[in-house]
Amino acid sequence: MVPLSYYLILSAILFACGIIGFLMKRNIITIFMSIELMLNGVNLSFVAFASQWHALSGQIFVFFVMVVAAAESAVGLAIIIAVYRTRDTLNVDRVDLLKL
Amino acid sequence: MNPNLWLIPLLPLTGAAVNGFFGRRFSKKAVASVAVIFSGSAFVMALNVLTHFSSLTLPYVEPGISWIRSGDFHVNFAFYLDQLSLLMLMVVTGVGFLIHIYSVGYMWDDDGFYRFFSYLNLFMFFMLMLILANNYLVMFIGWEGVGLASYLLIGFYFLKDSAAAAGKKAFITNRIGDFGFLIALFLMIQHFKSLDFQKVAAGVAQLPAEVVGGAGVLTAIGILLMVGAAGKSAQLPLYVWLPDAMEGPTPVSALIHAATMVTAGVYMVSRSHVIFDKAPTALLVVAIVGTLTALFAATIGIAQTDIKKVLAYSTVSQLGYMFMACGVAAYSAGVFHLMTHAFFKGLLFLGSGSVIHALSGEQDMRKMGGLRRKIPWTFWTMFCGTVAIAGIPPFAGFWSKDEILWRAYSQGPSKIIWALGLLTAFITSFYMFRLLIMTFLGEYRGSLESGGHDAHGHDSGHGHGHGGIHESPALMLVPLVILAGLSLFGGAINAPRFLAPVFQVESGVPGAEAHALATEESGDKTTEHILQAVSVGVAVLGFFLAWLLYWKSPHLPAQIAESLGGLYRTVSNKYYVDEIYNWALIVPLLAMSRNWLWKGVDQGFIDTVINDSADATAEAGGVLRRMQSGNLRSYAAWLTAGGAVVLAYMVWLGVH
Repeated sequence: MVPLSYYLILSAILFACGIIGFLMKRNIITIFMSIELMLNGVNLSFVAFASQWHALSGQIFVFFVMVVAAAESAVGLAIIIAVYRTRDTLNVDRVDLLKL
Repeated sequence: MNPNLWLIPLLPLTGAAVNGFFGRRFSKKAVASVAVIFSGSAFVMALNVLTHFSSLTLPYVEPGISWIRSGDFHVNFAFYLDQLSLLMLMVVTGVGFLIHIYSVGYMWDDDGFYRFFSYLNLFMFFMLMLILANNYLVMFIGWEGVGLASYLLIGFYFLKDSAAAAGKKAFITNRIGDFGFLIALFLMIQHFKSLDFQKVAAGVAQLPAEVVGGAGVLTAIGILLMVGAAGKSAQLPLYVWLPDAMEGPTPVSALIHAATMVTAGVYMVSRSHVIFDKAPTALLVVAIVGTLTALFAATIGIAQTDIKKVLAYSTVSQLGYMFMACGVAAYSAGVFHLMTHAFFKGLLFLGSGSVIHALSGEQDMRKMGGLRRKIPWTFWTMFCGTVAIAGIPPFAGFWSKDEILWRAYSQGPSKIIWALGLLTAFITSFYMFRLLIMTFLGEYRGSLESGGHDAHGHDSGHGHGHGGIHESPALMLVPLVILAGLSLFGGAINAPRFLAPVFQVESGVPGAEAHALATEESGDKTTEHILQAVSVGVAVLGFFLAWLLYWKSPHLPAQIAESLGGLYRTVSNKYYVDEIYNWALIVPLLAMSRNWLWKGVDQGFIDTVINDSADATAEAGGVLRRMQSGNLRSYAAWLTAGGAVVLAYMVWLGVH
């Protein structure tokens, strides 16, 4: 049995990677992926705790996060396509005006 | 039989709504038909109530619908019928109907024809609410509503500055009175937990009678009610709006400012007689105010030259008479005079309207004279009205005025009231015959060419400056003739006996009314006959003096005015009351409003607070705007920083 702390450390590393990518990267798709990474880091800690304490609520919560993340990525990708079509760039630093 | 009282006010309201909303697209005939039919059907309903009156158990209360329910305080939209409201109902619908017919002729050439009739019907609605109400609150709706209709109709020619100003003056002056009325209502709610006439009467019956000079709650309510009545019925010191209200069209002056609305105060005081019966101080106030107003306004009437102004001051004076009657607890005599006054003063105003119509808008009596032969119908009907108001038997005014004087003599607190009333009767007779002689007798002093222009007779309305002196159309003469008949025979209606049950039953103890009836039955007839002879005598004396001054030797009035000098000028300038009010109240109020409320409170305080808070918000926004750079990664950094702070706080909480 893998001890709980291992899972938590992995989860923290994943989350930190996500944050760093989120802050450093300029490509909007990479930023988007970083967000997914953070979500999955959190999901990992949820399921770890759930199996540790034999509580089902953590598992259920993960399903919710996954569903919301799926919806979010559908909308997000659509926005990204729209942004690319109108501005011909995926660099977020050049997308700083609502006005075209 | 169910008299369906609720329908009576509703009919004129329907007429007002139809004409108000659609009248612009109607032809004049259609507008006139709507207005006359709806006010006429209210009159027919009233007649129906009258014929079935004896089969009703009185007072008859029509439950209506629940309006306000708050704890144990209930107000219903209910209607109430007894002898008093029936009499008022007949006067309002009857005279109102006649004046509607008259107005069709008088207002025919006016552009605001439909607007006029819409307002006039609206007035009828509110007036009927006022007199049919079962409680003080519904009465108050009518009370305010007639004020609104009065305001709209005084300012009917709103393009004229003086008319707009007169409307405002009437409204604001009435507001002062209404304030008193409202406080009285609050006191009633506090002490009787109800505003129903019957429940208030029952509550009053529980309380002990107060003494003269005492200041109990009944006295307070009574005096406050009188303040309200003084505003609506143009009594001292709030009478100033009524003479100015003559800016409205003449049928309005006849209906609202002579026959019906201004008598609402008398009705209200009579309706509240249970309160006044137990509050002699309040009753004394009513008597004093009434007597002084009667005399004061009559003296002003002597020196006026505008035909409608004379009638306006005469109205104020006659209303004072009615309050004088109420003040000596002779409510039935006051209401009797209210009724006869509605006949003859409505007649006089309509007659003056006919004169003004004949002279194409001229109102100055100095430019009239000799009209008797040119407009004989108007002359003879106005003659009836003048004789009636002067108090010469057998005309209606004699019976009611004599009743008031007799009751003032026999049951008044002091003979001074009677003496002043008699003096007023003399002055009234004098100025009314002065009006009649100056207008209809002697030589014509105006500039219009004489002779009827039948070809375009009434097509040329007043105020258009063409067309000679012409008799009014039949539409205007018929109401005049009917009202002249009522002025002649109206005194035969024995209103005091008819009203007696209203004023005895509720108070429990046989009050002054019963006492007066008893004395009338038992004896003292000699004194009464002597007093009658005296009052007829002063009326004849007034006529004789007017005849002497304005017919026999027309140069005399000018000489007398000359020799009186300052006194004459004071009277002809209405004792400078408007000027005094202006100087003592309006100028300081305006100065205070301008310098303190406007520049100090409004601009200095409220505007500063609002502007400063707006500026502060704008400034803070300017600083915070920098955060909204549009740079996605800076947002991300803020988000992360925020999350880190929350996390740190939670860790810190966990550690401690």
